[in-house]
Amino acid sequence: MEPSRIVSKKSLGPDVTMYRISAPDMARQRKPGQFVIVRISEQGERVPLTIADADPAAGTVTLVVQAVGKSTRQMAMLEEGSILHDIAGPLGTPTRIERFGTVICCGGGIGTAPMYPIAQALHEAGNRVLSVVCARTAGLLVMVEEMEKVSDEVLIMTDDGSRGTKGLATDGIRMVAGREPAVDHAFAIGPPVMMKFASAVTMELGIPTTVSLNPIMIDGTGMCGCCRVTVGGRTRFACVDGPDFDGHQVDFDELIKRLSTYRDQEHAAMEHFNGGCRLTGSGGHGSEG
Amino acid sequence: MAGAGSPDRGDMEAKDRLAIPPQKMPEQEPAERVGNLREVPLGYTPEMAVLEAKRCLHCKRAVCIEGCPVGVDIPGFLAAVAKGDFASGIRIIRRRNVLPAVCGRVCPQEQQCQLACTVGKFHHDPGKSVSIGRIERFLADWERETEAVALPGKVPSSGRSVVVIGSGPAGLTVAGDLVQLGHSVTVLEALHEAGGVLVYGIPEFRLPKAIVSREVKFLEDLGVEFRLNTIAGRTIPLDELMREYDAVFIGSGAGLPRFQGIPGENLLGVYSANEYLTRVNLMRAFDFPNSDTPIQRGGTVITVGGGNVAMDCARTALRMGAERSIVVYRRSEVEMPARREEVHHAREEGVEFHFLEDPVEITGGPWGWVNGVRLVRMTLGEPDSSGRRSSIPVEGSEFVREADTVLVAIGNSPNPLVASSFPELETTRWGGIAVNEATGQTSVRGVFAGGDIVLGAATVILAMGQGRIAARAMHAYLSTGRWEGLEEAIGVAGTEIGSRVLV
Repeated sequence: MEPSRIVSKKSLGPDVTMYRISAPDMARQRKPGQFVIVRISEQGERVPLTIADADPAAGTVTLVVQAVGKSTRQMAMLEEGSILHDIAGPLGTPTRIERFGTVICCGGGIGTAPMYPIAQALHEAGNRVLSVVCARTAGLLVMVEEMEKVSDEVLIMTDDGSRGTKGLATDGIRMVAGREPAVDHAFAIGPPVMMKFASAVTMELGIPTTVSLNPIMIDGTGMCGCCRVTVGGRTRFACVDGPDFDGHQVDFDELIKRLSTYRDQEHAAMEHFNGGCRLTGSGGHGSEG
Repeated sequence: MAGAGSPDRGDMEAKDRLAIPPQKMPEQEPAERVGNLREVPLGYTPEMAVLEAKRCLHCKRAVCIEGCPVGVDIPGFLAAVAKGDFASGIRIIRRRNVLPAVCGRVCPQEQQCQLACTVGKFHHDPGKSVSIGRIERFLADWERETEAVALPGKVPSSGRSVVVIGSGPAGLTVAGDLVQLGHSVTVLEALHEAGGVLVYGIPEFRLPKAIVSREVKFLEDLGVEFRLNTIAGRTIPLDELMREYDAVFIGSGAGLPRFQGIPGENLLGVYSANEYLTRVNLMRAFDFPNSDTPIQRGGTVITVGGGNVAMDCARTALRMGAERSIVVYRRSEVEMPARREEVHHAREEGVEFHFLEDPVEITGGPWGWVNGVRLVRMTLGEPDSSGRRSSIPVEGSEFVREADTVLVAIGNSPNPLVASSFPELETTRWGGIAVNEATGQTSVRGVFAGGDIVLGAATVILAMGQGRIAARAMHAYLSTGRWEGLEEAIGVAGTEIGSRVLV
């Protein structure tokens, strides 16, 4: 089997990098909402990353990754042409795509990247796609142009007002829903806190909502149970039962807490890694390839 | 089989054989071994192996072979070892067992070949049976260490191809058997390393990973192709596999951890046994931060369950720095399904056992971290369907044991990932794949299954036994093209290649 390589790499903003990775089987098989698991090195952890796009003809999948921890920083240091130690997928149950009517697609931060193939599929399925693309600040907005291509309307929101309308994802959802006679379904992908409040707003507005959860995972095939989340009072495994769930049923507080399980160790790992970087004189984050 | 007066008996009298004391296996001292991950039993020396092999009486009826799920010629290899001919010994085992270094370590011999052993019967103590497993292990280690591995000669290609889903014990057995019968074999593994439960589940101190990778390498040398990071039904659709290969074997395992369904199971610091062991074994969390995968260390660790996996968890916890490692089990010690040897090792290392206690809630403190387990005391009642005495809660007996980490080791269900992407496949009530027990045939033509996906959570050797049954039937199917009445075709196809006979 050919090893998977980073075919191209592009910086999308501070600490945010878009990678195109050669993985012909995955490029052919992936569906909106699915993810891959990546390992950077022999000692690497298994990092789940949602697929942002794929090119079956070129045999590549596209990932948009924010360098937040040791593994993602290490990934950002890989050059074009580098081999990824491991990539497995596509994993997870694909997003249910149907003709709902009018849909809101709300992406927060790099959550817009996995939202893109969903919005695209919803658009192709004949939905009126109203997208709300949000970030803390203009520099952290990703894939706006791509979203514009597959949406009937795009509302850009930034917390600081540096681009688009000033406000949060929830404000954006209210604005769009407020001027529509009816919204039939909403999709929200972003940081857990954003999905929590987005779901609270759509609950209030009576709009059924799908969210894509990002708990800690190891195998991604249902074997370890690390990714368990409580949905509607039942324990589900995000890797096989999800990652999509009914946002109105998800226990987001539990998810947020579980995501913090290894906060201290992650800190230690970063220190260990930075120490190593200083020794070798390299470091920093993703660059234009 | 060696009968009376055969050369295998040598010139030793039975009474001399019976007079040889059982050879003890040297072990790392408990106090030392809890501080490392190295293997606990250190293995026989050649002298010990020869002496132990001489204890075999070469009974007319080899009851030990009947006790072996893969039918290894046990008296045959013992005779070779008794003569100091280790090369012949390992060759005899390899005819029937593709994973001798693994089986010599993790098979429950005391419930199989050694249970039936006449020597043990003579001494009225199955613990004094010939230590078949230890000699098997010795031979496999000798082979590896002396690099005396003799690859069987190249087999003419049958022109048929097989895909094996899952590289655990069942899949590796099927792969090893079929490649040696001339079929082209591809093994798909979802994880980044081959071996299934042998690499993610069984700890280093019971089964060093280097040994698993050596066995996998042996199969690669025989011509088996391993495709890692490949999820059947996801990376490659099953209908594509059905088109590209002449037969399919599903050995995807019982990898879906069970929980009790009590409050608090999603608190921080609560792990399934699979997750905890996978972090340490496959992901090398013991070496954090040199390896990237973290794990909760130290403190008081409570393991819930009484099987081998529970023992693996409790002993691993000690090696991850637990100050106290406690096992709670809802029945009494005699009902515990774990091997005696594992329980003994755990006790020696300082694992505390509390019987007749069943968790009713996992309790939490600030920010959702676990801080204890609420337990109810149990009493034994009538035997249940499993033949073990059931346990009944004692009303009003609830109490809390403090814990910083809780490991849930109460079993696994069949992993539904493959079956769910294959709707034509018939499943059993509990979610396993339904098969013809004599052949491993599923409800779909050309598709076979075996191991824990059929059995539910069982043992390595039982999974291998099922792999053997399926391999034999797959060979018959590939040779004759018959699907209906495949049992009869097995004899017709013949499974003899050179000295290798699959029966």
